[in-house]
Amino acid sequence: MLDALQGAFHDGLGYLAISYCLAAIGLNVQFGYAGLLNFGQAAFLSIGGYMMGAAIATGGWPTLAAMALAIGCSVVLALILGIPTLRLRADYLAIVTIAVAEVLRLTFGTSFRKYFHGKDGVTGFTDGFRSLNPFDYEGTVLTFSANDMWILIVGWIVVALTLVLVWLLMRSPWGRLLRAIREDEVAVRSLGKNAYSYKMQALILGGVIGCFGGFIGALGQASVQADLFNLDFAFIAFTMLILGGAGRVLSPVVGAVIFWAALSFIGSILTDLSAQSGISSFMDANQASNVRLMLVGLTLMLLMIFRPQGIFGDRKEIALDAR
Amino acid sequence: MLLQSPARVRPSEPTVRTWTAACTAWAARAFAGLIAVFAVVTIAAGPSYAADDDRVVQGTLLNTAKDNEPVPGVTIKVTSSDGGSYTSKSTADGKFRIVVPAKDTGNLTVQLVKSTLPDGVDLRAGSSDTRKPTGSLTNVVVSFPIGADQRQVETKLDQVPQSIYNGLLFGIVLSLGALGLSMVFGTTGLTNFAHGELVTFGAIMTYLANRVWGLPIALSILFAVVLSAAFGWLNDSGLWRPLRRRGTGLIAMMIVSIGLQFLLRNIYQYFTGGRSLTYRQYVTPEPHTIGFIDYTYRDLILVAISLLVLVAVTLALQYTRLGRATRAVADNPALAASTGINVNRVISTVWIVGTALAGLGGAFLGFSQSVTYQLGAQVLLLIFAATCVGGLGSIWGAMLGSVIIGLFVELSTLVIPSQLKYAGAMVLLIVVLLVRPQGLLGRSQRVG
Repeated sequence: MLDALQGAFHDGLGYLAISYCLAAIGLNVQFGYAGLLNFGQAAFLSIGGYMMGAAIATGGWPTLAAMALAIGCSVVLALILGIPTLRLRADYLAIVTIAVAEVLRLTFGTSFRKYFHGKDGVTGFTDGFRSLNPFDYEGTVLTFSANDMWILIVGWIVVALTLVLVWLLMRSPWGRLLRAIREDEVAVRSLGKNAYSYKMQALILGGVIGCFGGFIGALGQASVQADLFNLDFAFIAFTMLILGGAGRVLSPVVGAVIFWAALSFIGSILTDLSAQSGISSFMDANQASNVRLMLVGLTLMLLMIFRPQGIFGDRKEIALDAR
Repeated sequence: MLLQSPARVRPSEPTVRTWTAACTAWAARAFAGLIAVFAVVTIAAGPSYAADDDRVVQGTLLNTAKDNEPVPGVTIKVTSSDGGSYTSKSTADGKFRIVVPAKDTGNLTVQLVKSTLPDGVDLRAGSSDTRKPTGSLTNVVVSFPIGADQRQVETKLDQVPQSIYNGLLFGIVLSLGALGLSMVFGTTGLTNFAHGELVTFGAIMTYLANRVWGLPIALSILFAVVLSAAFGWLNDSGLWRPLRRRGTGLIAMMIVSIGLQFLLRNIYQYFTGGRSLTYRQYVTPEPHTIGFIDYTYRDLILVAISLLVLVAVTLALQYTRLGRATRAVADNPALAASTGINVNRVISTVWIVGTALAGLGGAFLGFSQSVTYQLGAQVLLLIFAATCVGGLGSIWGAMLGSVIIGLFVELSTLVIPSQLKYAGAMVLLIVVLLVRPQGLLGRSQRVG
């Protein structure tokens, strides 16, 4: 039990949680404020991780330049996703994003091996980042090693800055317009605003925030593998966002931490259970992880049905309706 | 790609294991409600995992210079980075099999001892005598090419007829899935992201009946289709109808369908593990050749059945009372209801028929692709591409779009690497959305 709690603490604060957290903040800008249904947030994270990793490891670029390249690529990706779909009904963006995320995963995992190294993924790009690490200790402090602690602090600072940015933006006229588009796009257009352009800006901003999630995940893990960015990723990010409550500045963070800690806690309980003789006959360790993910799917369904505003959201804020 | 010529189908050796009786009692309680039908049926006879972790290195030595004659008596040596060393000789049929015990977890190096090759037989020029298999598979298959390369080199142009044939086959089977998605979308407006899992359901049920219970394949497919229809009814009456009654918005429903997709896919994985399953019969049928095209009777029969079903469904939509009611609901549910049409019954029927079609498509896809928990999730993207290209909600559009996507995916492999063929389909999707957002056959109303 103590191990499970400790694991929950570790995973709830760790780099993966930060990475998902940034993904969810990006989704919050897109879905929570602008009402854009992006099921392919994993694409932006994979672009972030892969482009940065490949530029450093293969191209020998400095870390910051590689990050700038990745951000540029994610802007281009957002344009590719948005230009054909943002004038259409909401489902088209959903379909195209989910499809492009899957295609990108296949491409990174199987093609251009010179840069992306197939299934093995990209490694060897963390030196520049780790050379700045002020921490230097052996063993672990609060379950985190020195390298983990460094990425943790940088990651949470990035999260905090992003949250401030989102908070300021959403208080501005720009943010009010996004919410107006979410509520009634026709009304916004009748006021002479270019809804298409604002939706595109929201998609790009959310994508770039997701791209930062890709940086943190890649630097924390010291590798990028395509399989990390499978379909599950986007659904988990969505579950986190809905759990926290879409359309609130802090909700993705709360959602991500609660979700990640709960997932880890339930996971270790289930794995312990699966090791017991009576239960192992119908649930081994692999199946335990499936049961855990089944619970994620079920949670997303139940939340969406019974409490679409999540834990902290405002039901009036999140008027989910197709247009 | 999918219904490919059998010459290129790799035979696999699936294993079937028995389930403990304890599962039945437990799972019947654990999975109630929506998934009950699936869980109970599968648990009664599904597979479970093997406990042995020994690694097996195996392969077959065939001499291509002498009409694929087996090469016996060749020493194969496996060394592990942990220091272990294991040797074996190839048998009379050229096979070798070396067991590496589970306690040895080192990286393996497989070497063919050249001096033990018979006189006059040699490794293919330029081919190494050592292999370093990567990955953590327990079953490591290594191959050493012996003798000259006898493979004929086809030109790209020669492959075009075969690609068109494969593309048509795949497209027609794909349209079974696309039609179901399009019908549900047409009547309820829901883009069902869990539709791919309905395809997987058909494939897994066929596997269950054919491989685990040993029923003949035709009966197994029938069984899968009937169960799929029941599953479709359950989907609608257990989940979507209550949501419609609650007045849940379409975007919320789409997110619910994503959650359902996640739930179902993990349930499938719970039962099948990560393994690739194959049916018991007609997995590698005998190919026949006309000109540049390899075909099999199995594929022709599958296509014939698919076409029959598609024609039957479209005729029913066109001429039967229920079909007309369906089209009325698709046009305007409120108006249809006011003329006395029972809208909920129509939608329920659409779900039943649509899921049965998806299940049939899944059962057919299971022949050429192995049955995995991801089967549907992968096909879903192509189904989406097909319905959007043809026109969301249009019956003919779904079929036309599927055939176009099938042909496009197959023909694109002549130009681009085959791993990227799905990317080609997505490019086509994006181009169509840019140029003609309502799809080729969609109604040219405003969709945004």
